[in-house]
Amino acid sequence: MLTQTSFQGKLTKTEDLFIPFVVAGDPTPELTIQFALRLQKAGADILELGVPYSDPLADGPTIQRAAQRALQQNMSLTKAIELVPKLREAGVEIPVVIFTYYNPVIQMGYDRFFEMLEENGAEGVLIPDLPYEESEEIRGLAEEKGVEFISLVAPNSDTRIKQIAEHAKGFLYCVSTLGVTGGSNQMSAETLSFIKKVKEHSQVPVAVGFGVSTNEDVQLVREHSDGVIIGSKIIRLIEGELEAFENGQEEEALERFYQEIRQLVK
Amino acid sequence: MQQVFPDIKGRFGDFGGKYVPETLMGPLQELEEALDEAMSDQAFLDEYHHVLKEYAGRPTSLSYADKLSKQLGGAKIYLKREDLNHTGAHKLNNAIGQGLLAKRMGKKKIIAETGAGQHGVASATVAAKFGLECKVFMGEEDIRRQELNVFRMKLLGAEVISVSSGNGTLKDATNEAIRYWVANCEDHFYLIGSVVGPHPYPRMVRDFQRVIGDESKKQFLEVESELPDRIYACVGGGSNAMGMFYPFLQDPCELIGVEAAGKGIDTPEHAATLTKGTPGVIHGSMTYLMQDVNGQITEPYSISAGLDYPGIGPEHAHLFQTKQVRYESITDKEALSALQLLTEQEGIIPAIETAHALAQAFKEAAEMTPEQTILINLSGRGDKDMATLMEHFQEEE
Repeated sequence: MLTQTSFQGKLTKTEDLFIPFVVAGDPTPELTIQFALRLQKAGADILELGVPYSDPLADGPTIQRAAQRALQQNMSLTKAIELVPKLREAGVEIPVVIFTYYNPVIQMGYDRFFEMLEENGAEGVLIPDLPYEESEEIRGLAEEKGVEFISLVAPNSDTRIKQIAEHAKGFLYCVSTLGVTGGSNQMSAETLSFIKKVKEHSQVPVAVGFGVSTNEDVQLVREHSDGVIIGSKIIRLIEGELEAFENGQEEEALERFYQEIRQLVK
Repeated sequence: MQQVFPDIKGRFGDFGGKYVPETLMGPLQELEEALDEAMSDQAFLDEYHHVLKEYAGRPTSLSYADKLSKQLGGAKIYLKREDLNHTGAHKLNNAIGQGLLAKRMGKKKIIAETGAGQHGVASATVAAKFGLECKVFMGEEDIRRQELNVFRMKLLGAEVISVSSGNGTLKDATNEAIRYWVANCEDHFYLIGSVVGPHPYPRMVRDFQRVIGDESKKQFLEVESELPDRIYACVGGGSNAMGMFYPFLQDPCELIGVEAAGKGIDTPEHAATLTKGTPGVIHGSMTYLMQDVNGQITEPYSISAGLDYPGIGPEHAHLFQTKQVRYESITDKEALSALQLLTEQEGIIPAIETAHALAQAFKEAAEMTPEQTILINLSGRGDKDMATLMEHFQEEE
C-alpha cells in the first residue's frame, strides 16, 4: 500500500513513473538544461541529475564516458546543485534528485550539502555507494530537512530487502537487470518475485532501473512496478547527437532526442 | 591483548566500513561469513600454513646485514627476507590464503587487480596451483611499463584484461575489477591484493599477511633475545607493513611506515597519502586519499608502480590518527640510492617499493647506537624492476 508521495508535495503520481537520468554538464551545462526540458515534455516525473565523478564504481562504460565529458567542463557537486535553479528558470518543474557518489559529499560536509540543496531547491538525493548500514546519519538529516533520500535495493539484498524497503523515502530504486528469459518478453520468475517482495514492504513507489533500453523493456517494467528508471540509454542518445551539437545543429538534434524519448516511453 | 579492530561494522576507529554499491553488499556478507568460518576452522589454518611451508618456502629468513650495519655505524640492521618467498614478494602469502578460501566457497573463478604485476603474478600462480580460472585487471599504462610480469601472468594461464579508463593505472584497474565483480559476483571470487577495499578485505588481507610479523618476532627473539627498537616497512596500500606491524602493535617497538614521496611532497608528483592526503572514501573504504577540493580522486606518482596508489588501507589511517605508527616519506631519488647501497653491501637487489623502507631506515640507523636494533621488512626482490633501473642509471651516466 502506497501511503507516501512527497518530494515536497511535487510528486502526486504513485504509479507509471518515468525517471530519467542525465549527467550534469554532459556535454555542456546549457545542453543539460535543454535535455531536461525535453525529458519533462516527454512525460518525465522526476529527474535524476548525475554528478560526474572520477571513480564511478557503480557505472558502466556509457555513464563513465558521460562523466569524463562533464568533468572536462569542470562540473562538480557544487556546480551541479547550482544548475537546479537554472533548470527551474528554464521551465523544469519536476522534482530533481541529485545523484552523487559519496566522496564529494564528504568533502563538502553534510551541513553545507543540505544548505546547498535547500538554497537551490533540489528535492532529493541518491548516493549509490552509501548502503543502508552506512547511511543512518544522512538519512536522519535528510528527513529533518525535507529532502528525499533515495535508497537502492538489489535482488541479492536478500534479508536486507525488508529493512531497506520499509525505510525507503521518495521512491525505491530496484537495481535489476531485466532477466529476460529466452528472448521472450517476459521477466524471469526471480525478478518478478524480487519486485513483488520489494513492493510488499515499500510505502513509496517502486521503480526499476538498469538495462532498460527499448520500448518493450519499458512496457514490461511498467506492468510489474510503479516506475521505470532510464540512464545509459539516454546517455547513448545524447552521444549520438554530439556531432550535431558540434556542427551547430542544436535545434534539430534536440528535436530528434525528444522524438526518440517519446518513442521509448510511449 | 590483541586489538579488537575492526569492529562489527568493519571499522578501525573512524576508518574502514563498506561504501559500495548495493549489489556488493550481499557478496561481501557471504565472504565475511565464509571467512569467519574458515578462520575458526583449524583444518583450514593448517592447510594454509602447510601450503606456505611446502609451496611458498616459508618461513623466510631473517638476515643480519653486518657489513651495512658497520658501514652506517649505528644500529644493528636485520632484514626480513620476503624477497625469498615464492614469486619474489610477500604478495603470495595473501593470494594463497584467499585462493584457499575461494576453493572452500566453491568459487572456480578468481579476479584480481594489479599495478606493478606482483599481485597479478601471485594470483595467477595460486590459480594455476589450485585449478582456478583467473582474470587479472591491469591498467594499459602499467601493461606497457611491466611487460615482463604481463608475460609471466599469461604463461601461468591467466587472462590479462587491459583497462583504458582514467589514466590506465592501479586505481583504474581496481575500479574495473570491482565493476566486473558487481556483474559476476555469483561465481567469481575477488582476490584483492592489499589491505584496502570494503570490509572484510582489510582485515582478511592483514590476517593472511601477519605471518610476516609472527615469524619475525620469533626469529628476532631467537637471535637477539629482545625485540627490535624500530621496525620499518614501505606503504602503498599497505599489506606488507600491516602484516609486519600487526603482531607488534602491543609491543614497545617503534613502528615506521614509509610512503612514496615521488619527486617530492612539495610537488604534485607523489603518492604520500597520509603525509599529504585527507580523509574520504576510495574503493569502498573510508580512509586517507589524494583528492582535489571537489572530492575528485587525483592521480598519484611514484617511480615504483606498487606504491603508485592514491589511497591507503583504513587500518593504517587509524594507526596514523592514533599515532601508533609513525609515517614518513621517501623520494624516488633517496629510494634508488638505498637500493644501490643494499645491493653493493649485502648482495641483495630489493624491489624499488622496498627501497623506500630501506632509505628511511638507513637515515635513522646512522643516528642510533650499536646497542640498538632495527628490523626492515624486505618485502620483495628487484628482478621485476630491471628495465626501470637500467633506464634510470643510464640516464645518470
